[in-house]
Amino acid sequence: MKVLVAVKRVIDYNVKVRVKPDNTGVDLANVKMAMNPFCEIAVEEAVRLKEKGVASEIVVVSIGPKTAQEQIRTALALGADRGIHVETDEEVQSLEAAKLLKAVVEKEEPKLVILGKQSIDSDNNQTGQMLAALTGMGQGTFASEVVVDGDKVNVTREVDGGLITVGLNLPAVVTTDLRLNEPRYASLPNIMKAKKKPLDATSPADLGVDISPRLSTLKVEAPASRQAGVKVADVAELVDKLKNEAKVI
Amino acid sequence: MSILVIAEHDNSSLKQATLNVVAAAKAIGGDVDVLVAGENCGAVAESAAKAEGVNKVLVADNAAYGHFLAENLGELVAEVGKGYSHILAAAGTTGKDFMPRVAALLDVAQVSDIIRVESDDTFVRPIYAGNAIATVKSSDSIKVITVRPTAFDPVAAEGGSAAVEQLNVVKDAGLSVFVSEELAESDRPDLGSAGIVVSGGRGMQNGDNFKMLESVADLLGAAVGASRAAVDAGFVPNDMQVGQTGKIVAPQLYIAVGISGAIQHLAGMSDSKVIVAINKDEEAPIFQVADYGLVADLFEAVPQLEEELKKVL
Repeated sequence: MKVLVAVKRVIDYNVKVRVKPDNTGVDLANVKMAMNPFCEIAVEEAVRLKEKGVASEIVVVSIGPKTAQEQIRTALALGADRGIHVETDEEVQSLEAAKLLKAVVEKEEPKLVILGKQSIDSDNNQTGQMLAALTGMGQGTFASEVVVDGDKVNVTREVDGGLITVGLNLPAVVTTDLRLNEPRYASLPNIMKAKKKPLDATSPADLGVDISPRLSTLKVEAPASRQAGVKVADVAELVDKLKNEAKVI
Repeated sequence: MSILVIAEHDNSSLKQATLNVVAAAKAIGGDVDVLVAGENCGAVAESAAKAEGVNKVLVADNAAYGHFLAENLGELVAEVGKGYSHILAAAGTTGKDFMPRVAALLDVAQVSDIIRVESDDTFVRPIYAGNAIATVKSSDSIKVITVRPTAFDPVAAEGGSAAVEQLNVVKDAGLSVFVSEELAESDRPDLGSAGIVVSGGRGMQNGDNFKMLESVADLLGAAVGASRAAVDAGFVPNDMQVGQTGKIVAPQLYIAVGISGAIQHLAGMSDSKVIVAINKDEEAPIFQVADYGLVADLFEAVPQLEEELKKVL
């Protein structure tokens, strides 16, 4: 079966985020960019499904500027077979991303679509669910285990109270949580090979999707910082402070 | 304006997060209706009707909603919500699951995880794991919003007397089925709404050592949490994780034990009123946000803490 994986180019998770002085956004100039960590887990899961003989082909798609091709190449180096780049320099919000992915799904007809549960920039946690709704598919969000069985998939989900397993008809959408797997690193030979794998470019206009944003960001500010308090000498002093100074016990 | 709040519950009791979301709805203004979708959830509807400031409670009681499957809830809420200006749910794993489906079916954007209401179309939300705070304005006719419960003080659970209305809307999308669940059983308060949280990190060394924290938590009537490092190391289950990708908590008192204070952990607890850090590494970043820091070996300090607490409580 064919698996479609969506990946997003975001600020590297190790980079300290700085808000621009004019409060229009976050400073991304000369900042290291990388594949969103949850998307790495999505790619890894697809590759494991292929290694198990469950998946026959892995198609990786990314929406974004020309530079997003770097993340597609990374996914190809990790084991994806071919890439699709939906190129745009405009901001693409979750609903519009889901509509673009829907257009790709209609063309590619994958049995399974795997996405990260959220991107670490906008933290929306929406695109997978929206794609599932728009395409009329079932969804297994925040997955910690994915078991494909014939034309069904069982997805174990990390939820507030513990774990829930749902059974979905294929095709279906899965979004990954942290404990689904531990992504591998790309080997140098595979990085070289990835350069020769096919990568098709398309655009929102080609796909017939209007990507005008519905939400406008009025300002972006740094969070209020918390001041460090005092060090206490021992447990007795700590308990005394909590009881008599902070009055929280 | 009229606002539909989707209740969070377990078919037998209303989760407190619902009261926080009603508070967010009141900050937007207008009539607030609450939708209780579940199976045999009459008691939940009765609780919701008693909540302060609720105009009307709508109940969709059907097996299709018993396990809160997103495919079914999405269709239901999109249909019932069409007549409202705003649809709100708590940004827990249930709300995060079905609300984007609602937004997509209504062809509107969703505003995720709001922490403040500026006006009926403008909301404040954290981005980049809380390293930046964005103010966003929605141009859609229906605003679909998930709310970070800890950012809003709950309305009173008692005192209201809303009418309860049964809905006869059954949406079974036939796309998904419930298979099984493994839910943690605990007599301790819910991590997301507890007044005191005691959390352990990698410094706990193993799962057994969390029993020390449980003893302290039980003295304080607290919930027990963990850092991502402790969960990834397999010490404790994932539902105990506090942090950007786990639970966001904001208790009156947060006690971090053996937690270094990675940015993603701080994002989940730095709105706590009072933070205590116990760590043997005095350079640990957790001390930069702690009101009271104790540089000590936790294996000595935690048993002492238990003894000292017994004296004063």
